Amino acid sequence: MDRLEILKTYKLYINGKFPRSESGRYYTPEGRGGKALGNICQSSRKDLRESVLAARGALGNWAPRAAFNRSQILYRMGEMLEGRRAQFEDELKQQGSTAAAARKEVETAIDLAVYYAGWCDKYQQVFSAVNPVSTAHFNFSVYEPVGVVAAIAPENSALAGLLGTLLPIIAGGNTCIVLASTGKPLSAITLAEVLATSDLPGGVVNILTGDRKELLPIFATHMDINSLVASDLTKTQIADIKQASVNNLKRIVIHKEDVSKLEDPYAILKTQEIKTTWHPIETSIAGGGKY
Amino acid sequence: MAKSPTSFRYDYAQSPPVDQVGIAERAARFTTRSIKTSTKREGLDMVLNMIDLTTLEGADTPRKVQQLCYKAGHLHDSIPGLPTTAAVCVYPPFVKVARKALGSNSPIKIASVATGFPSGHLTLEGKLEETQRAVADGADEVDMVISRGRFLSGDYEYVFDEIAAVKEACGKARLKVILETGELATLDNVRRASDIAMHAGADFIKTSTGKISSAATIPVTLVMLLAIRDYHFKSGNMVGMKPAGGISKSKLALHYLVMVKETLGSEWLSNEWFRFGASSLANDVLMQIAKIESGGDYQSPCYFSQD
Amino acid sequence: MKKNTQWEYAPAPEAAKIAKIAKRYDHFINGKWTPPQSGNYFRTINPGNGRKLSEVADGNDADVDAAVKAARAAYEGPWGKMSGRERGKYIYRIARLMQERAREFSIIETLDGGKPIRESRDIDVPLAANHFFYTAGWADKLEYAFPNRKVASLGVAGQIIPWNFPLLMAAWKIAPALATGNTVVLKPAETTPLTALKLAEIIADSGLPEGVVNIVTGAGSTGAAIVNHPDIDKIAFTGSTGVGKLIQQTIANTDKRATLELGGKAANIILEDAAIDQAVEGIVNGIYFNQGHVCCAGSRLFIQESVYDEVIWKLKRRMRTLVVGDPLDKNTDIGAINSKEQLKTIQKYIQLGQEQGGEMYQPKCKLPAAGNWCPPTLFTNVTQSSVIAQEEIFGPVLAAQSFRTVPEVISKANNTPYGLSAGVWCDKGARLFQLTTQLEAGVVWGNTFNQFDPASPFGGFKESGFGREGGLHGLAAYLEM
Repeated sequence: MDRLEILKTYKLYINGKFPRSESGRYYTPEGRGGKALGNICQSSRKDLRESVLAARGALGNWAPRAAFNRSQILYRMGEMLEGRRAQFEDELKQQGSTAAAARKEVETAIDLAVYYAGWCDKYQQVFSAVNPVSTAHFNFSVYEPVGVVAAIAPENSALAGLLGTLLPIIAGGNTCIVLASTGKPLSAITLAEVLATSDLPGGVVNILTGDRKELLPIFATHMDINSLVASDLTKTQIADIKQASVNNLKRIVIHKEDVSKLEDPYAILKTQEIKTTWHPIETSIAGGGKY
Repeated sequence: MAKSPTSFRYDYAQSPPVDQVGIAERAARFTTRSIKTSTKREGLDMVLNMIDLTTLEGADTPRKVQQLCYKAGHLHDSIPGLPTTAAVCVYPPFVKVARKALGSNSPIKIASVATGFPSGHLTLEGKLEETQRAVADGADEVDMVISRGRFLSGDYEYVFDEIAAVKEACGKARLKVILETGELATLDNVRRASDIAMHAGADFIKTSTGKISSAATIPVTLVMLLAIRDYHFKSGNMVGMKPAGGISKSKLALHYLVMVKETLGSEWLSNEWFRFGASSLANDVLMQIAKIESGGDYQSPCYFSQD
Repeated sequence: MKKNTQWEYAPAPEAAKIAKIAKRYDHFINGKWTPPQSGNYFRTINPGNGRKLSEVADGNDADVDAAVKAARAAYEGPWGKMSGRERGKYIYRIARLMQERAREFSIIETLDGGKPIRESRDIDVPLAANHFFYTAGWADKLEYAFPNRKVASLGVAGQIIPWNFPLLMAAWKIAPALATGNTVVLKPAETTPLTALKLAEIIADSGLPEGVVNIVTGAGSTGAAIVNHPDIDKIAFTGSTGVGKLIQQTIANTDKRATLELGGKAANIILEDAAIDQAVEGIVNGIYFNQGHVCCAGSRLFIQESVYDEVIWKLKRRMRTLVVGDPLDKNTDIGAINSKEQLKTIQKYIQLGQEQGGEMYQPKCKLPAAGNWCPPTLFTNVTQSSVIAQEEIFGPVLAAQSFRTVPEVISKANNTPYGLSAGVWCDKGARLFQLTTQLEAGVVWGNTFNQFDPASPFGGFKESGFGREGGLHGLAAYLEM
């Protein structure tokens, strides 16, 4: 007799834990050949609120960390992705990818992690500045994380697109709430399992699944989200979130590029603020004894 | 205004930090004040009346000092009503000459440098003796120098005690303490030296000997004025200020007065509390006054007696 | 002789004669002075005496459209085709012409805006010219500014600037736009249009191709016409957070880029080991500079409790030496409030501050009879939740609070929707940098305040806007990457 397969339960990832949606709602996206992918949590506005609290709470731990340490943690993510290649490929295939495409996407995703791991402690060196002001001051401009970032991952690239969205955000010291692909959510939840065991502090990345249309306006109007990064939005959706996010002047980043292949330090800068600091430079009294 | 002797020792760690760039910015603001018409004329008279007309040269002779004393009381007789200078300032051996030239009831004070001026490298006994002799010879005021070497090596106790001892040796004469700020390197040191001097009994604090390249500047004077203000607030005692060296133009002198007025208040705007140590400033002020009196004609130094 | 006078400063007015102000100004469109299509003009007033200085064209949609067409034609024509090197030479030329006419510019800036001549002469005008000079050199070096990027200009920039630094803001807007190869339609504020129009004279003299810079005057509706114009690629706005949000909303369904430099409520923090007298100077410079009409003004003062009394005593003493009055007098420290409306707003906040339990201090000062005046004002005993500690007043009004520890003051300082600037006064380097790194603000002044330089990027966090102006980073706002 054949052994009965154990089905995986897919949950949300908030503050380093795996809760179900508080709403009890779920949806059942279809995978290859119309086969149901499982009962996926349909996040509510309250789940979103909880994620923002988690992200805000984690910011004080993540942002001030040594950039070198963030780099090591992102690299560790790459190592763990490599270790779970088979599972990610399998899920991508379930979600409709060919075997070759699945293998390619997982490889791209791992390489993205290694790529951004390297930038964590280098973008500051490349893009900050010491400004030669005319007065007796030392003046420098550095990048700082914008804070809590909401990220809408692309719809079609379930793993590489997700990583291409969130890696530049966390590489720069932000914390985030990522809304996974609605139609292909499995990779996101499995990624959460990787994150949970990868030295990344809980709350730095929070992953929600559910309905974009429902959650977009809630992301846009939330007063404690500093920036909103999105891919694959329609013109109307872009206009709507821009309008709705005016209440706290969120920094809106619309990716026009394919983020699943986005190896670009400028992507990190999009969720950074520039801080310029001034300090006087003393001059001693000239003179000395010449009696 | 008599000053009670200081009965408490100064805690050398108490002097606050000074930010040199901030001081320079504030100093620059004084120089943007525009002093015009009646304010200018009044200011120029004040400047003349605050000058310690000075000769401090190895080549000084009794005749040179006599000339200086006459000039102090007759700055430019063709303009009636001009004030005299506040004082003449000479080396100790010339105090007697100056006293003789000025007479015993002159409003012009006699200031004598002392304590091994300008380097200050003299034994304490020598310093005290020199001070006592200058006062006995008729000096109203003594301009001493602090021991900068001791100060820079951190021996603040020594500097304090030495000033206190000289103060005692002064008797009734008022003591001006020269910090020689050009050797103190930082404004923090200027502040600390000012505090030490005032707590040890200085009646005036003075920037410089005039013998090294960096003498009085507006920033250095500002730091000292702020120290005077804080000391006045804490103790109730007024202390005078004397920038010396490097002030030879009227416009600059007026900016010093602006600084005194805005930092300490107009109570300090008299020669009881503020002096300029200068030799050539007087003639520049006189030329300015003559220009105003003549209705605006620019003047030539040929018409103003040098000594 | 024993003098003991107050030695008050006699009047020392700057001679205003060399400033040439026409009776009437038209728009500057396509290199020509162009009358408004409506035929309407509005008055610009000297806030120091309430008298009319001149009248300027009231721009409507048609005027803005003509300006945008001219800017587009210039962009697609000579300017777009010109090499960076040649563009840079024009900008250098503008800088030099400004330096040559600096005195005239500072007088007009003071007449039209009410700021003390000392500030327009020593700060606004030289900084504006320096901004052109600094930025000019970037025009042919953009490939070095953004490594591994090929950058391109955006097109036509619509720029709307405020009344607090009329010429300086025009320079901050126009110089980087030109250096990066864009063309410009700029609207100065309705209460202070004159120096931008004088700048147009210089631009004409410089031989800059027609239409590269167009200046359209008017009030809010003229600004709205710029924001709404479909052929503008980029909006650069400096002004209130309210209007900034409105602009962002208006352009949401377009591809227009925006940089917004908005309001602020900066914390100025005095720690117990600070050089107190220099800190007091920084407090004064932070809030009373330009009558407090400064978006980055240090309007919230935080003093550590152990030095609270000393700081307040010294601050009040210093406030008594400030000269308030005729902006043209070279000794004036605090000039006229820019407009009657703004004066009313400030007075409303002063009233509220008293009603909400703040203790008010204003030094005695003789104020002129005509014109708009407000003495320097300090509120002590202010609570964090009171209106004057929360809202931007844009006037010479300072709200002082005390604090006990560094974590407490960081949290209080960041407890605001704004994030433009902050100041910290502290003698210990390690502690200073703890604060500067944790304060949420785009510009942080350590042991100084209100310093500006063309090489130094300026702009805010949070609701103080986005984008930077000045320095290398200011170029990005006008480039496609």
